[in-house]
Amino acid sequence: MAHSVIHAIYTDDDVLMNAVKEVKKKHLHINEIYSPFPVHGLDKAMGLAPTRIAITAFMYGCLGLTVAIVMMNFIMIEDWPQDIGGKPSFSYIENMPAFVPIMFELTVFFAAHLMVITFYMRSKLWPFKKAENPDLRTTDDHFLMEIDADGQNAQELADFLVTTGATEINLVANEEA
Amino acid sequence: MMAHYEAPIRRPLVTGDKTYHDVTLDVVAPVEGRANKHWWIVFGIALTAFLWGIGCIIYTITNGIGSWGLNKTVNWAWDITNFVWWVGIGHAGTLISAVLLLFRQKWRMAINRSAEAMTIFSVVQAGLFPIIHMGRPWLAYWVLPIPNQFGSLWVNFNSPLLWDVFAISTYLSVSLVFWWTGLLPDFAMIRDRAVKPFQKKIYSLLSFGWSGRAKDWQRFEEVSLVLAGLATPLVLSVHTIVSFDFATSVIPGWHTTIFPPYFVAGAVFSGFAMVNTLLIVMRKVSNLEAYITIQHIELMNIVIMITGSIVGVAYITELFMAWYSGVEYEQYAFLNRATGPYAWSYWAMMTCNVFSPQFMWFPKLRRSIMFSFFISIVVNIGMWFERFVIIVTSLHRDYLPSSWSMFSPTFVDIGIFIGTIGFFFVLFLLYARTFPVIAQAEVKTIMKSSGERYKKLRESGQSLVGSGADPRTSGGPVKINLDGHYQAAQAEVVSDEPMIPEDTHGNDVLINSLGAFDAATQKADDLQKVNGIGPKMEEKLNQLGIYTFAQVARMTKADYDLLDSITGSFPGRAERDDWAGQAATLNNN
Repeated sequence: MAHSVIHAIYTDDDVLMNAVKEVKKKHLHINEIYSPFPVHGLDKAMGLAPTRIAITAFMYGCLGLTVAIVMMNFIMIEDWPQDIGGKPSFSYIENMPAFVPIMFELTVFFAAHLMVITFYMRSKLWPFKKAENPDLRTTDDHFLMEIDADGQNAQELADFLVTTGATEINLVANEEA
Repeated sequence: MMAHYEAPIRRPLVTGDKTYHDVTLDVVAPVEGRANKHWWIVFGIALTAFLWGIGCIIYTITNGIGSWGLNKTVNWAWDITNFVWWVGIGHAGTLISAVLLLFRQKWRMAINRSAEAMTIFSVVQAGLFPIIHMGRPWLAYWVLPIPNQFGSLWVNFNSPLLWDVFAISTYLSVSLVFWWTGLLPDFAMIRDRAVKPFQKKIYSLLSFGWSGRAKDWQRFEEVSLVLAGLATPLVLSVHTIVSFDFATSVIPGWHTTIFPPYFVAGAVFSGFAMVNTLLIVMRKVSNLEAYITIQHIELMNIVIMITGSIVGVAYITELFMAWYSGVEYEQYAFLNRATGPYAWSYWAMMTCNVFSPQFMWFPKLRRSIMFSFFISIVVNIGMWFERFVIIVTSLHRDYLPSSWSMFSPTFVDIGIFIGTIGFFFVLFLLYARTFPVIAQAEVKTIMKSSGERYKKLRESGQSLVGSGADPRTSGGPVKINLDGHYQAAQAEVVSDEPMIPEDTHGNDVLINSLGAFDAATQKADDLQKVNGIGPKMEEKLNQLGIYTFAQVARMTKADYDLLDSITGSFPGRAERDDWAGQAATLNNN
C-alpha cells in the first residue's frame, strides 16, 4: 500500500515548537522532525522517551573498572608476584595505590568509547551511511516536520499546517513503509 | 519568548546582524573558498619545519640517542620537556569543550572546535616523544600487556611511564571521538551545501550520514554531556599522571605532592595561551570576528590570569616548603634554580609565568588584541621553561656532587622540537581549510539568547518567534505541493504570539533606494490611506523605516519584490494596487 507523508517546512525554531504543540493538540502523528541544531525542549514537546545512553555509559564504566582490576590482579599479583622496587605484591589491596591511575583510565576509556559506539549504532551513524534528511536545507536553517498523511485529507492537513506557520508543505509518497 | 531570556548585563556573543543562515555561510566560507597566497606561504614554512623534524627523528633512531645532548646525569631534557609542554597545551581544548560545557558557558561555543583541534594535534606531537626518546623504539610495543611467547611476560603496572601510556592513549582517543561526534552535524551541513561531487562524497563520508532527527539530537546532547563529564576528570588525571613521572621519584625538586594540581593549572595556563594565540590569528584570517569577539579573548585572558596566579602560588608554596622542610637537598635544589648555572632559565620562567599574567588585571590590557597576542606567546615560552627548569635543574645537581653535570642540547634536540611545531601547524592549517572551525550547530542554539541581532529585537520588546527566518532562504509565499506542482497560499498565522518578520537584510537596500525617514524634520503620513495597506502592513512598513508617501511613491518593481521577500506576505499585492502611484497622488494633495 502506498504510504504517504506530509513534509512541513518551518524556518524558525520557536514557530516549530508552537507548531509541534498545535499538531499534538490535533492528535496527529509526527513521524520525525529534522532540524539543523538541537531545539531545546523539542523532544519533550514531541513526546520522545528520554534517552538511556547515560545509563549504558555507567555500565560500560563498571565494566572498564572490572577489566582493569582483573587484569592487574592477574598480572601483578597472581602470575608474576615479583618484587619490583620493594612494592608489596602480596595482595591486590596492598599495592592498590599504584593501580589506581590505570583503574581510572580504563573506566573512562570503556565508558566513553562504548557509549559513543552505542550512540553510533542506535542512531545508525557510520562512515558510508547515506544521509536521510529529506531536504538539504534542514542542515542549514530550515526545520522539517514529517506527519503521517494516511487516512487524512491532504488539503485540509496542509491548510492546518499553514496556520501553524509552515512555509512549505509537500505531500510525499513514502516507499519505505 | 522567555526561553531566550538573558540578563541584559550580558554582552552579545555573536556580534553583528547574524541570522542562522549567516552562521552557515560564515563557517563554510573558508572550506568552500580557496587558500590564498599567505596560507600557502605559512603552510610551506610549517611543512619545511616538519620535514626537518622528520630528518632529525630518523637521524636519532638510526644513530642513537647519543646524538642528543643528554648525558649520564641529565637523561631527560628536551624530549620530556617538549612532551609535557605539548600535553599541557592540549589540555585547554578539553577544558574549553568539557569543563565549560559543564558550567554552561555559552562563550565556549565559538572556540571549542578549534580548541579541541588544538588538543588533538598537540597530543599527537606529545605522543611522538615517548617513542622517539626510547633507546630501542622498535620494541615500544612491549609496553602493552599483550600475551606473548616469553611465558607471557607482562609489564610492570607500578611505573608512571606505563600509566602515561594508558593516560595519553585514552586521552587522545576520547578527545578524538568527542571532537568527531561534535563535528557530525557540521560536516552534514557542508555535505548538504556541497556542489562538487568530490566534496559531496568526502563530507558524506565524514558526516556518517548525520540527518539531524529529533531523537539523534536528543542522544547527541546526552552523549556530549556524558563525554564532558568523563573528559573533565580525564583531563585532570592525564596531567596528574604526567606529573607523577616526576612527583613519584626520589629526586629533590621532583618529589613533591603539589605537582598534580600544579601541573594541571600550568596546563590550563599554557593551553589557553595557545588557544588565544591561534584564535587571534584565525578570527582575522577566516573573517570570524563576529563569533570570536573581544569578549572571548578577554574571557580567555581572565582564565590565563587565574591559572597563572595559581601557578604563582604553587611556585611560592614550593619555595616555602623547601625552606620549611629542613632538607638540605631540597633547599639546595631551589637555591640552585635561583642562583645556579641555569638561573637564567629559572628567571625567564618566573618573569613569563608569574608577572606576565598579572597584566590581565587591567581591563585596557586584557581587552587589547595585540597585547593578548603578545602575552599568550610569552606564556608559552614561560611554560616551556617551567618544564625545562623542573627537569634539568633537578637532575643536573642532586645527591652526589661527583655526578653533577651540565646539559646543553644538540641541533637534533632542537630540530625535533622545531619539527613538532611544524607538524602541529601543518595539521592546524589543513584543519582550518577543511573543517568547520566553529561548531555552527551549537552557535545556532545560542543565537536567539546571545546573538546581537536577537538581543536588540528582544530589548525593543519584540517577540523572537519567527525571527529565525532569513529572507535569502525563506522568503516568498507559502508553498503547498500536494499533487506534483506548487500552489501558493497566503500565510495567515494563528498563534499566541504575532509573527514579526523582523529583518534588516533587504531593509538597508530598500531604504537606500527609497530614502531614509528623519523623525526630527519629517512627519509620518497615514499610510493606510493607500488602498491595500492595512494596519498590519503599515506597521511592517514602519518597521522597515518607511513612513511617508514620498518614500512609497519612489517604489519600483524591484522594490516591490524586495518588500515581498522581506515581509513574506501578500505577494504581488503592492504592484497590483499600484502603491507608488497612489502614494504619489496622495503626496501631491
